[in-house]
Amino acid sequence: MNFDSNIAIYIQIMEDLKRKIINGKYKSNDKVESVRDLAIAYGVNPNTVQRSLSELEREGLLYSERGSGRFITKDETILSTCKEDYANQIIDTFINEMQNLHMDKETVLHHITRRFEEHE
Amino acid sequence: MSDTLLKIEHLNKSYGKKKVLKNVSFSCKEGGIIGLLGPNGSGKTTLLKIITGILTAYKGVVQISGNNVGNKTKSIISYLSDEPYFPDHMKVKEALHVFSDFYYDFDLNKCRQMLKRFQIETNMSLKTMSKGTKEKFQLSLVMSRNAKLIILDEPIGGVDPAAREVILDTILSNYNERQTILIATHLIAEIERIFDTVLFIKDGEIILNEQVEDLRSRTGQSVDQCFREMFRY
Repeated sequence: MNFDSNIAIYIQIMEDLKRKIINGKYKSNDKVESVRDLAIAYGVNPNTVQRSLSELEREGLLYSERGSGRFITKDETILSTCKEDYANQIIDTFINEMQNLHMDKETVLHHITRRFEEHE
Repeated sequence: MSDTLLKIEHLNKSYGKKKVLKNVSFSCKEGGIIGLLGPNGSGKTTLLKIITGILTAYKGVVQISGNNVGNKTKSIISYLSDEPYFPDHMKVKEALHVFSDFYYDFDLNKCRQMLKRFQIETNMSLKTMSKGTKEKFQLSLVMSRNAKLIILDEPIGGVDPAAREVILDTILSNYNERQTILIATHLIAEIERIFDTVLFIKDGEIILNEQVEDLRSRTGQSVDQCFREMFRY
């Protein structure tokens, strides 16, 4: 994974793990790799990974079981909220960009509908 | 995790009239990877040589696990110097013998695995090695000791970018959380992702001592960018 050098790495790893949860690479109740394995996979310090996992745990996306590791939450509400937040972030960025192009809501929606149809 | 491994207080060192280290004070807890970052001639290697016990004439306090630098502390430090330390006629397997004999904490199997990963054959002779291969070879030896403190002076200086990745991976996957690794380098962008803490050293003085993620959050910049700003000529 290529890191953006201006953002704390633990945040970028959190985002990456969230993406993997949202797109189904991790499923509800899956076991997450150990800190050490993740650190090697991302090529970063284990304490950085530790921090990402603790934050995700604080947000409720992960839970830990003593002695057996960390797991993806079973709570479907948290999972769907996470997905929604993530989608909203992308939409907000998009709306911002469109506003910079001085496109109004109707025009943007029209374009979106058209593109959706082209994709089908 | 919370024990102090390295304590340095008011350390001063001069070569003749030239002051190389000026009132250096810092301490490190056990566990983690620390970057000692500074430009050429800032005092990095001198500081490392004092910690390892190679340079003994200095003023100030230098303690490792509560002991002053001496034979006791030397036995718990594994040191990769920036110069080659085996004669050229030696073969890899002979050097492995020397390390096995000399260090009770040397893990021969671990070393063989690392050498294999670097594609270094045991009957290879040192004089046939490129600069980069020699660095990988020495790193394998140094990383294979179960030492409390591992000190690496410019571990990726002479190798190409692809090999740097492999070396960083090797460092990450072969250290255990009870060990502390102190890495001196000026190649910051390549290596900063593996640090917990960084120390910036400028003209013999420590001018920054901070956890890297805090530094990134505080400044919105990478360690490399912070470094370039603080060391602009």
